[in-house]
Amino acid sequence: MTRGRVRAATRLLSLLITAAVLVGCSPVPTHPVFHKTVDPETLAEWGVFAIEEGRLVPRAGVIEYELNTPLFSDYSHKLRTVWMPEGTQSNYSSDSSFEFPIGTIVSKTFYYPLATTGDRTQVVKTSEALGHEAGGRLVLNAVHLIETRILVRRASGWAASTYVWDAAQREARRERTGAVRALQLVSERGGAVQSMVDFDYVVPDVNQCAGCHATDVKRGSLWPIGLKARHLNRDHDYGGRLGRRNQLEHWAELGKLAIPADDPLTRARSFGVSLPRAAVWDDPAAPFEARARAYLDINCGHCHNRQGPADTSGLSLEAAETSAVALGVCKSPIAAGRGTGNRRFGIVPGQPDESITVYRMASTDPDAMMPELGRALPHDEGVELIRRWIAAWSDARGCDQVTSNSARHSASATRLSRSQGWNPGRYQAK
Amino acid sequence: MKYQEGILPRRMWVVVALSWVLAGCSTKDNAPIDTNFQRELQTRLIDAKPGEVIEIPAGRYTLDRSLSLRVSGVTIRGAGMNETVLSFKGQKVGAEGLLVNASDFTLENVAIEDTRGDAVKVNEGERITLRGLRIEWTDGPSTANGAYGLYPVRTKQVLIENCLVIGASDAGIYVGQSEDIIVRRNTARLNVAGIEIENSRRADVYENVVTENTGGVLVFNMPNLPQRGEGARVFRNKIYANNTANFGAKGTPVASVPAGSGVVINSNDQVEIFDNDFTDNATAHVIISSYFSTGYMTEKGVAEIFDPYPEAIHVHGNRYVGGGNAPDGLDLKALKLAVFGLSGRFPPVLWDGYVDSKKMQNGNLPPNLAICVRDVGEVLNADGPGEYRNPKVSRLEHNCSLASLPPVELKL
Repeated sequence: MTRGRVRAATRLLSLLITAAVLVGCSPVPTHPVFHKTVDPETLAEWGVFAIEEGRLVPRAGVIEYELNTPLFSDYSHKLRTVWMPEGTQSNYSSDSSFEFPIGTIVSKTFYYPLATTGDRTQVVKTSEALGHEAGGRLVLNAVHLIETRILVRRASGWAASTYVWDAAQREARRERTGAVRALQLVSERGGAVQSMVDFDYVVPDVNQCAGCHATDVKRGSLWPIGLKARHLNRDHDYGGRLGRRNQLEHWAELGKLAIPADDPLTRARSFGVSLPRAAVWDDPAAPFEARARAYLDINCGHCHNRQGPADTSGLSLEAAETSAVALGVCKSPIAAGRGTGNRRFGIVPGQPDESITVYRMASTDPDAMMPELGRALPHDEGVELIRRWIAAWSDARGCDQVTSNSARHSASATRLSRSQGWNPGRYQAK
Repeated sequence: MKYQEGILPRRMWVVVALSWVLAGCSTKDNAPIDTNFQRELQTRLIDAKPGEVIEIPAGRYTLDRSLSLRVSGVTIRGAGMNETVLSFKGQKVGAEGLLVNASDFTLENVAIEDTRGDAVKVNEGERITLRGLRIEWTDGPSTANGAYGLYPVRTKQVLIENCLVIGASDAGIYVGQSEDIIVRRNTARLNVAGIEIENSRRADVYENVVTENTGGVLVFNMPNLPQRGEGARVFRNKIYANNTANFGAKGTPVASVPAGSGVVINSNDQVEIFDNDFTDNATAHVIISSYFSTGYMTEKGVAEIFDPYPEAIHVHGNRYVGGGNAPDGLDLKALKLAVFGLSGRFPPVLWDGYVDSKKMQNGNLPPNLAICVRDVGEVLNADGPGEYRNPKVSRLEHNCSLASLPPVELKL
């Protein structure tokens, strides 16, 4: 053996060793990986995203989606994706979360577009998805990545974990006890700063994940919240040749959404039948009623439903709720404490300033605010929507007190009319 | 600093780890947050296994985020209600100090101070023990204090004993929508409601000291909830001088409670009040009332099926000293003046007079639904339905008896 050959062999060996060590230390997959039992320490190990060309990019097979009306989280923006293992698909449901196959990985990345100041702690308050390109690509020098939450469907059920991004935005590491990021929310107009608000963005701990996702408090198991027909039934810009198309239709065409032949979706595609569709909360063309109910549904309904952690309150704000009392109309609080804001009833028709619901939505006091978790700022535009809905309540205004049973029984229990309830909307066939 | 696994038993390891982070522990005012301790304890709660005991050594710890537990079979134990103190003064995140969603849970020998909202909330769970706890808002009664001290809700098999609860802006000890409950040998003072049993079935409240609250012991039913409560025994308690001005937030059920109330029954059935010592409760020692008297009964806001009438109420064998001399609120003041004069006093038991006419037989409630008050000279029927126009004092009308309720038995 010549010296050259020895050297070459040594080099090859060391390369192999390096490769082996690399694989052992940081196994970065190039496609999504279902971790069956244990959450890996880094987001990269899930293989959902690549970082390339200065962008966070969903890998092949990872589907971006959006919701008609999203949960408010301190004006953060969200990149949502779902991935299902090769050859598997989800099953449609008209009212609850779709049934997803074992191995499904759902991700939600919380980020803010950066302000023009150049300071990364200064983030913009905007409804425009700045730095978010079609196909779910985030331009890293235009956004501040905070955290990516993962919901994975294991054999034992859904499990949640969250990954907090480092300052360089190269790696997100698992954080089980939460974290706090001090940020400034900047309102800009025409490049000029209008206002700046300091706030602490709070990354939840894993128990707090269950605070929202354990939508049935007795069972305690976790469920996705947004992956329901009414939230997903909308167009989305997939970029490239696909362009804008209805999400449910797209999933079905990809073979990722199974629809029984007699199912409404199949019928909808053939006959244009109505499918559940929540209103877009800030769509000026939609009626207040539908926008307000859609907003309460996604922001409150995960706890305030008839099986949820807030069933103790007797207040139910899910889309399907039809009882006016359960929505809070002239209803006394049960255990609101100071959360009443010295107001007497959940909703006083026609009087938003007398309604506890409005007070708690506008509050940032941990003891009074609703939702209890996930925000440090009030959602001014959301509060305004609910105020206007209550102000425009068409039924008799106010909450008349009764002091005898005969008076009480003369009033029939108030039910919501169909128009006050959730409006399913029309399925948009292509 | 590192400990080798296996040298110390698991439980000891927790103690050692927690004492380590305690180093640099703080004084009471403007205490810095014990971030490491907070993180360590929350991690233990997340990682806890059934059967585990998490011990928190003596010390004063300041936290700014709520703690939470979702694993069943866990015990959290401190070194004593004056030794191990979790202070939440300056709390930033969370509506509770500790939120538990688990069964077979025990919390004992810890103090929890100054939470922004409720101190301890247990939402859904069976076999819950809260023992030897001090729950306190240290600046005294204030509407700015958190609502509930100890707050099990939708739980079954609940034991609360030997606790001290001070300063809650709603109820010190509040058991809601639960079943099979024992609340005993606690002290509740300077809360709006000392002890409240609401929409719960089978509760024994005994040998407690309840004083300086707005209302001492409340047994309530609220409308629009899936579970209606009935069956509470309140006995061998010392319930005295509950005369603190009501500092509950307007709109809360307890905000309707007049200061100077010993026991208040509202819209609840099968309640037995006996062998208690009532002293110096300035409105009345026992108030029996319906939801109509709370001011919250509205045409639109109360489900039709809600029954607002207190029925099968049995008050007997109590000792009454003083009280009834300075009722709270204009209506009650006027009522006292009209019926008993300036220097007079209400009798120990006051009833608002609401009765379900549909259930009446020959002008009376059937014997098993009656309001029976014995061993007391007089009962005042305040004539709530007639807007207090025709109050009357009765001596014999309520002189009846109901079968004693069975004791609550827990299988913890």
